[in-house]
Amino acid sequence: MADSRINDLLITGDQNYATIDHSVGRLVLDSKAHSIAWFKWLIVGVMGSGLLMVSIAWLIFQGTGTWGNNIPAAWGFDIVNFVWWIGIGHAGTLISAILLLLRQQWRNSINRFSEAMTIFAVMCAGLYPLLHTGRPWNDYWLFPYPNILGMWPQFRSPLLWDVFAVSTYFSVSLVFWFVGLVPDFATLRDKATNRYAKLIFALLAMGWRGSAKHWHRYEQMYYILAGISAPLVLSVHSIVSFDFAISIVPGWNVTVFPPYFVAGAVFAGFAMVIIWGIPLRKYYKLEHLITNRHMDWMAKILLATGLIVFYGYFLEVFYSWYSGNSYEFKLLMKTRFDGMYAKFYWALIFCNGLCPQIFWWNKARTSTFWLIFVSIMVSIGMWLERFVIIPMSLTNNYLPSSDKPYYPSFWDLAMFAGTLGFFTMLMILFIRFLPTINIFEVKDLLFKMKGKKEFVEGQEPVEVA
Amino acid sequence: MAHDYSDPVGLYATVGEFATPEMLEHATEEARHAGYTVMDAYSPFPLHGMSEALGFRDTKVPWTVIIFGIIGLTCGYTLQFYTSVIDYPMNVGGKPLNSIPAFIPVTYECTILFSAFSAAIGMFVYNRLPMPYHPIFNAKNFERASQDRFFLAIEAKDPNYDGEAIEKLMRSNGALEVSTCDY
Repeated sequence: MADSRINDLLITGDQNYATIDHSVGRLVLDSKAHSIAWFKWLIVGVMGSGLLMVSIAWLIFQGTGTWGNNIPAAWGFDIVNFVWWIGIGHAGTLISAILLLLRQQWRNSINRFSEAMTIFAVMCAGLYPLLHTGRPWNDYWLFPYPNILGMWPQFRSPLLWDVFAVSTYFSVSLVFWFVGLVPDFATLRDKATNRYAKLIFALLAMGWRGSAKHWHRYEQMYYILAGISAPLVLSVHSIVSFDFAISIVPGWNVTVFPPYFVAGAVFAGFAMVIIWGIPLRKYYKLEHLITNRHMDWMAKILLATGLIVFYGYFLEVFYSWYSGNSYEFKLLMKTRFDGMYAKFYWALIFCNGLCPQIFWWNKARTSTFWLIFVSIMVSIGMWLERFVIIPMSLTNNYLPSSDKPYYPSFWDLAMFAGTLGFFTMLMILFIRFLPTINIFEVKDLLFKMKGKKEFVEGQEPVEVA
Repeated sequence: MAHDYSDPVGLYATVGEFATPEMLEHATEEARHAGYTVMDAYSPFPLHGMSEALGFRDTKVPWTVIIFGIIGLTCGYTLQFYTSVIDYPMNVGGKPLNSIPAFIPVTYECTILFSAFSAAIGMFVYNRLPMPYHPIFNAKNFERASQDRFFLAIEAKDPNYDGEAIEKLMRSNGALEVSTCDY
């Protein structure tokens, strides 16, 4: 049956504007919409956040020596996790900005929670470099401000570009997310029956009344924001890749890094959107808004970006030979293809290169099992990719006498688990307190679908096979 | 506090409630042909063609963004030029003090930061938001304007304002309900 369902619509069932309000607004306004499972996940998230706080406190108390970082591998789990988290964020901006500009209306029902994911992922990412400085209480030194030392940051360093790129990315994503929420706050304000909920949403909606003149400026602003976020998202991961590509370390000094990192970021991000999207639509009965067609198209994007990333792996191999640099070639043959870390390299090829190929089959793209399985594999694979690039390249450098293996410590693992918990906590709270799906854009989509006569009245929401 | 007599009082507008965007758009066009100018439409989502139907044109937001984008670009580059060339010149790997290619990323990010914030803040400022009170909220059923109904309000300030004629016009264009609301 899966085959016939691929072409199901972006909104199914007998829908009108009120039913959309109800199915999305219910999650926020009616606490009974949430089962005990929501609470259990909240506990998991809170415990994870606790672990994060403990590991941060211990790190600040003891210093970065609690991590496994050493010389030459001065960048370990902290930078791996930074790049991994920031990559996950990119799907949200891609969905909200680039797909908007390309007039891909199917983004309307998944953009809100992907944008939330972006913000939370960037929050997790930002922690790592800030803590990696070793003296996080001096982190304001990263910004250019007049000081009595008479010093300024070094603007020729990609690490400083990162400060600007990541902080701009976070602020712009937050603004984009908030302005997208304002009309939905107005809807919730008008729907809420609880006094406090009404008051809070009224304050957040700032008196939004849906005037055509307001919508006119709103749309101008929204498209402009999308237009500037699209190059922003490409620039952020390009700049992150410059942290490596601009150096001369074997395995890092590759010109293909910027596009390859951006594709990898989208790849990891869409995997995370699927990981959250499937339980969300299942447990909150949102199958009529996040349909199999969405899953099908997201799986296709995973496949496409996966192929770009796979091509990047081929190019890395090719360049290490073609560059004629014997250290590059030695790194490839002795550290990646062989040696104590080789299993991570081959696991990476399996997770990112081979697993997504299942999506060539129609059935896999609508099967919950395969979607979740491949998405988890891709998330692991993208983490491994950063591990392969960052500490593995550092352990084998130009000077054989300084070669030293890298092992993460308990606190490295604790902090990573902690950020996963923190992310989960924020997502779980988001599902409870803010509209998970963009209400006004889905109404717009419904209106346009009705106009196109593509919409079938009374079609039943489909169960996922 | 004494009452401020400059506050507008009395009738604000005649408000028609419509079931679909098409009806609202049609009614708006009819109202405009009938010579009404001081009016506004309210909908739960942006309707393309409504601005044209209302005769509303505005490009303040895009202009603000380009101006602030240029300011951001200038500030970003000036910051780097001042710090790296004038105030704290340092030779890094023999690169020129004014290393243009290396200064592009930060300049670019500053441009984007300024444009994005000016777009969002500009939208709110030109729309006069936040505005906690507005007389249109007194209109009957107006809480549905953010949900599933479409409203057209012709304000009493309109020089051609004639309540009965407006009601007739709205009803003949399929209004479900026509009511008046006060300030």
